[in-house]
Amino acid sequence: MLDTNLRVEVPEGIAINLPLAGPVVRCLAFLIDLLIRIGVYLALGTVFGVMGIFGEGLMLICLFAIEWFYPVVFEIFNGGATPGKKLFEVAVVNDDGTPVTWGASIVRNILRAADMFPFLYLTGLVSMLLNGQFKRLGDLAAGTIVIHRKTYSHSGHLPEAKSHKAKVALTLEEQSALLHFGERSGQLSKARSLELADILAPVVDGQESSQRMAAILGIANWLRGRR
Amino acid sequence: MRQQEFEDKYRGQWQAFHALLDKMSGSHKTQLSHKELSLFPTQYRNICHSLAIAKERQYSPYLVDHLDTLVLRGHQLFYNKRQRIGRRIFEYIAHGFAREIQNNRGLFLLSHAIFYGPALIIFALTLLNPDLIYSLLPHDQVASFESMYNPEQTVLGRERESDTDFYMFGHYIRNNIGIGFQTFATGILFTLGTLFFLIFNGIFFGVIAAHIINIKYQSTFFSFVIGHGSVELTAIVIAGMAGIKLGWALIAPGNFSRLDALKLSAQKAVQLMYGVFFFLLLAAFIEAFWSSSTTISNTVKYIVGASLWTLVYSYLLWPRSKV
Repeated sequence: MLDTNLRVEVPEGIAINLPLAGPVVRCLAFLIDLLIRIGVYLALGTVFGVMGIFGEGLMLICLFAIEWFYPVVFEIFNGGATPGKKLFEVAVVNDDGTPVTWGASIVRNILRAADMFPFLYLTGLVSMLLNGQFKRLGDLAAGTIVIHRKTYSHSGHLPEAKSHKAKVALTLEEQSALLHFGERSGQLSKARSLELADILAPVVDGQESSQRMAAILGIANWLRGRR
Repeated sequence: MRQQEFEDKYRGQWQAFHALLDKMSGSHKTQLSHKELSLFPTQYRNICHSLAIAKERQYSPYLVDHLDTLVLRGHQLFYNKRQRIGRRIFEYIAHGFAREIQNNRGLFLLSHAIFYGPALIIFALTLLNPDLIYSLLPHDQVASFESMYNPEQTVLGRERESDTDFYMFGHYIRNNIGIGFQTFATGILFTLGTLFFLIFNGIFFGVIAAHIINIKYQSTFFSFVIGHGSVELTAIVIAGMAGIKLGWALIAPGNFSRLDALKLSAQKAVQLMYGVFFFLLLAAFIEAFWSSSTTISNTVKYIVGASLWTLVYSYLLWPRSKV
């Protein structure tokens, strides 16, 4: 299938899909983080500003800490997501699907210095576009990926219909496709469902498109096991 | 078994697991009872089992996707590593850092050569030909260094008042640690960035040191740098080591693919970088509160500085037991 899922085998002997996050959403998340950081700098600047030269020293230390460790702290203690990433529901994980570890997080964030080169994260962007898993240099070295966080589970609803067997023998893949179509029929527009149903005209009973649609739903119901 | 039967039979398990996941993560995290926790692995395995069956029998993609999401979330919780951070920091400072250096003796020497080699050459050349500094550095920068280490100055290092030590501490932390990180990170470009920063900083240091001798300001300059130099220069050399290690994995990956070699070397290199961070923090502290002081006599500074150098190298090279 043409998608951006990364299949990872877990110790339980099955493969899970990690939906990779692409450069656009990551750039947006980065911009949000940048705004937040600027906000924090301004707030700290006002507070430390009244403390004179001592405050300026504190300010420099905070600048340093936020510049380098803002992402690390959030990645470790906030489930792999800085506030920007959280907003776009993406998160950093190790490329075996486990939560990101200290070492990996520090490597990927120190290597920002290389990804920034020569300006505006150009190296990182090029690396992301060339790599099948959208890894910037830091991700390559740390062995991390950014994925969409799936917390919702969408279970499709297959409309009830009188179930009956298909006229022709179906392969497993075809069965699965019919089931999927049946469950998605609620989300597709009526015209589009009928159009798709017409493709199956040679193997499905019915003169009208709507009759064929009903027949397909019937097969899907039968496949699902509603007898 | 048809999908309908399968769903009816196991739906209860899935819902229970889903509820448990919601309890253990997210904004409404609650403390689980001991019993619930001990059930988690079994429940997780059951979900994995369901997913395997659903995939194998080509049940509808929505069902597979639903189970996949549950497994992924469970996987993330189940394989969350317990990180006893305090103990690990202590272990690292006591033995880990030095062990890491000693495992890379050759590289340690090489980085010294790359940093101090050009520094010494330029140092010697500038002593022989004092005008060389003006072809390497802009005039106003030379002038500012001259005024900084002018023996008539009351405060060393930078022109400043006594209450600005803390400000300088912040300044050194931001600049020096940033340079250390940069030296390491740019090593990923086939070691080139690291080599550039090592040689550049070496030459810079060499030419300034020689120029200071040429204009006979050495009493202020060397008493100033000897203390924090012990940790700071060594840290830059070690950051160079880490960067070269990173880039070298791409040049000569050995029996691994380049990507795997890079990942492995990054895991090792970051072990060195923790130490660099620790050293540079120490350096900033010494530089701001000790080196710059004018009330301490130069003799004391030289003695303390020399002891620091001895201490740093014995700390790093003193043989440690193997893990």
